[in-house]
Amino acid sequence: MTGLLAGWAPGDALVLALVIPVIGAFLVLALGRWENARDGASLLTAACLFYVVAQFYPIVAAGGRPDIVLFDMVPGLSIRLTLEPLGMIFAGIASFLWIVTTLYAIGYMRGHHEENQTRFFFFFAIAIASAIGVALAGNMLTLFVFYEVLSVSTFPLVAHHGTEEAKRSGRIYLGILLSTSIGFLLFGMIWTWQIAGTLDFVRGGVFNAEQAQGPMIAVLLALYAFGIGKAALMPFHRWLPAAMVAPTPVSALLHAVAVVKAGVFSVLKVVVYIFGIDLLKLAPGTDFLLYVAAFTIIAASIVAMRQDNLKLRLAYSTVSQLSYIVLGAMLASDIAALGSAMHIVMHAFGKITLFFCAGAIIVFAHKTDISDMKGLGHRMPVTFFCFFLASMSLIGLPPMGGMWSKWYIALGAAETHQLVFVAVLMVSSLLNLAYLMPVVLYGFFGKESIQSEEGADNDHDDHEHHHAPPNHPLLRHMTFGREGISDASFMCLLPIVLTATGCVLLFFYADRIRIFLTPVFGG
Amino acid sequence: MTAFYTYFLSLPFAAAIEPHLPILQVVVPLLCAPICVLLRDAKLSWLWATIVTWIAFFIALVLLGKVLASGLIIYELGSWPAPWGIEYRIDAANALVLVIITAIGAITLPYAKASVEKEVSEPRIYLFYLMYMLCLTGLIGITTTADAFNLFVFLEISSLSSYVLISLGGNRRALTASYRYLIMGTLGATFYIIGVGLMYMMTGSLNMADLATLLPAVDHTRTVLAAFAFVVVGLGLKLAMFPLHTWLPNAYAFAPSAVTVFLASTATKVAIYALLRLVFTVFGGTDLFTGTDISLMLIIVALVGMFAGAFVAIFQNDVKRMLAYSSVSQVGYMVLGIGMASAAGLTGGIVHLFNHAVMKGAAFMAVGAMFYVVGSVRLNDLAGIGKRMPVTTAVFLVAGLSLIGTPVTVGFISKWQLVQASLALGWWYVAAGILLSSLLAIVYVWRVVEVAYLKAPPEGAAGRNEAPLSMLVPMIVLAAATIWFGIDGDTTLRIAGEAANALMGPASGGKP
Repeated sequence: MTGLLAGWAPGDALVLALVIPVIGAFLVLALGRWENARDGASLLTAACLFYVVAQFYPIVAAGGRPDIVLFDMVPGLSIRLTLEPLGMIFAGIASFLWIVTTLYAIGYMRGHHEENQTRFFFFFAIAIASAIGVALAGNMLTLFVFYEVLSVSTFPLVAHHGTEEAKRSGRIYLGILLSTSIGFLLFGMIWTWQIAGTLDFVRGGVFNAEQAQGPMIAVLLALYAFGIGKAALMPFHRWLPAAMVAPTPVSALLHAVAVVKAGVFSVLKVVVYIFGIDLLKLAPGTDFLLYVAAFTIIAASIVAMRQDNLKLRLAYSTVSQLSYIVLGAMLASDIAALGSAMHIVMHAFGKITLFFCAGAIIVFAHKTDISDMKGLGHRMPVTFFCFFLASMSLIGLPPMGGMWSKWYIALGAAETHQLVFVAVLMVSSLLNLAYLMPVVLYGFFGKESIQSEEGADNDHDDHEHHHAPPNHPLLRHMTFGREGISDASFMCLLPIVLTATGCVLLFFYADRIRIFLTPVFGG
Repeated sequence: MTAFYTYFLSLPFAAAIEPHLPILQVVVPLLCAPICVLLRDAKLSWLWATIVTWIAFFIALVLLGKVLASGLIIYELGSWPAPWGIEYRIDAANALVLVIITAIGAITLPYAKASVEKEVSEPRIYLFYLMYMLCLTGLIGITTTADAFNLFVFLEISSLSSYVLISLGGNRRALTASYRYLIMGTLGATFYIIGVGLMYMMTGSLNMADLATLLPAVDHTRTVLAAFAFVVVGLGLKLAMFPLHTWLPNAYAFAPSAVTVFLASTATKVAIYALLRLVFTVFGGTDLFTGTDISLMLIIVALVGMFAGAFVAIFQNDVKRMLAYSSVSQVGYMVLGIGMASAAGLTGGIVHLFNHAVMKGAAFMAVGAMFYVVGSVRLNDLAGIGKRMPVTTAVFLVAGLSLIGTPVTVGFISKWQLVQASLALGWWYVAAGILLSSLLAIVYVWRVVEVAYLKAPPEGAAGRNEAPLSMLVPMIVLAAATIWFGIDGDTTLRIAGEAANALMGPASGGKP
């Protein structure tokens, strides 16, 4: 290893990456009494984690595969960490966006006067640790273990407010995630272990061609696809809208990046390293999953159009976008799978920006419904402009990163002569346009009705009546020295601008990702 | 474990004591128990019982180490050779069970002190510890003996003392619960002894190893088939196999908390061990188990029990009763492992025996501590308990996650092995049953978790109010074990695998 980690064996450094957020979590707990020190600890942990993860990049790019076997959990099956390019990408975005989200969360949680902030940041760190665990998992058992820890550790974040609604949502959340994973995923995993005798991730898959002939592969693949409930394939998607009851930073990092990406990342890992893309081409009966994914893409988009609550609309949009990745993985084409892997990154940056904006609107304009946001773009220009950029990326327009991933998935569909899925992708782009652009249009061109303006002011006054306004300059509305502008605070805007810029940069650097992933998907 | 055995040999006098450890394991608690009557004092008898059970635990560890190092131990009582004399045999299977029961027995005592002082009236406390040691003796005896009749004797010792222990519960309904258990337990023991009598009629022997060689010659007779049926039903009653479980919920719910912890983690486990021993060692040479439909019957009964127990647990408002029904469900997993009659299935059943003892012990300890502080364990009274008793509730949460079978807890290891075993036999519907029934566990566990963490504590409830440290430490130890052996399932699975091999043995008629 290089830098500060010089002298570390890469395998040990993998463990370090896993341990850092856990230490951070307990640091948060210990410093709970001192707000600034606690949040400083969160930020410092996030930075350390990203630093460590970043140190792996040159190693993996050069073909290295850091690996460490920790111990046997059951005879013949160990807990093992291995870093390969896909995991590197997932770990990279999760750890980078954690820094950004921590910044944002500090601004949001304080601006919104949330309670139990120590508990919040504690479980947040644990959730990140498990997401990193999923990224680094060296075999399916390890992946499953961290996957489950992630489900359980995010429950307190979803049910954070403790209201009846939060409880009900928490029930749906944990109910669906645990039952699909125990009912299907574990089942499929043990079955795989029975047949193949291994759960290691092997390029090209663990099954031989003979085993691929029967209908078994299709059944197994379905067990995995539905068992990984975090990928939100319909009809097991209800947990994701339910999770929107959580504070916005949770929705942003966990339910746009860490948790849902852990899901699609697992699907991708399973397809590439357990089944193998070539085997998928041979196996009969796997097509129906493509149609399930395509249905999810379209149906979730249509549901999203009908949501007036901005966070809910974004949630259904996520359900739809996740199925792009599932679709790309299941197309049994290297190019489409590459598109899927890229979409993990593109969607992460786009969707986190959108959620950041939604949260900023909640905290600083006290609006949750899109129909109330008419003309709000004049008050919060930066927020709405960033929302616009991220929307473009999600729709797949240049010059935004989201274009490339969609391009590759569509290319894969065309390559395998499944033009119906090319059509699905195109229709869904139009639908994306239809449910994301109205927000921007309302914001910039909608007539702000006088009544709603007053309503907002009243609301604001109430708010200030109950809580002293945050008086730190970083937490106050930003006016940029102009009349009529009162955008989100610096602590909230900085992350928004960073991730929105990321969306643009990804357009230009997408090829770096493709080259980095060459060892997985070929040239 | 083996290292522990070598350490023991380095102690003074070890060489003289070592050959007699199998009998000392039984005799030490048996002879020490009546001394409580002389002591009469609550604190002194607690101290005495603690010392004795920890010694028993120590002996069990040494025995397990010895078995793992050098294999089967045979001890002839009074040097009378078998089959005339009584013989104790210790192999990997019962050495493991010995460790489980003595460990739970030892760790429950520090916990029991405060809890018993609160729940049992002072003049009766010395009787409590007396009965506790006798019960431990009975359970140890069942486990060590290799004589079918001797097993009955110990079965009665443990049963009679547990009736007394249950009846010491504070609520008057403890008396009826205990009475009910007495009736059912006596029926079970009677069935068992009838079975043993029939076997004796056909073979003229009571020694298990001897029976195993003699029975195959007469296994086509209706008498032996009847004997087998009587034994299975009799032990089925003691282990709370599904339709025979009716004594269990009330007995667990109304017994003093410490008794619930002890019995839930040991009594049913020992009965399961006895069933294993009879089915696979005594009748192992015959094909009565797999040849007839008895194994199929066990599987059906186990599956129904797994679902019915969990389903009823969902509707309980008393958390202790809820856990009791959960035990009925969990016993189903162990019976299922027996019913599979394969080495992998048995391994799953045996490892769950250990795992369930650990997690249910932790769960009942947590609930007992809540009872100690709140005075009730009805769901309504536990609102916001997560804020009032954070450590206790955290322990309950860990145990609850383990009941569900989430990874990093022991419950996952059991489930993994059982599902794998059923898939190896090609019984995917059994595998699906195992996984689906654990989904029911999510519901009953989460009902408590929600009330504990997401409901506001009632007005006037004092702030943080934890149980005394003497109760907290044992439950933390068990919760830590739940996680430790959930991560390092390798060790327990290997020992359970050896135990399964010891039971299936070369003479067994089961499928490999």
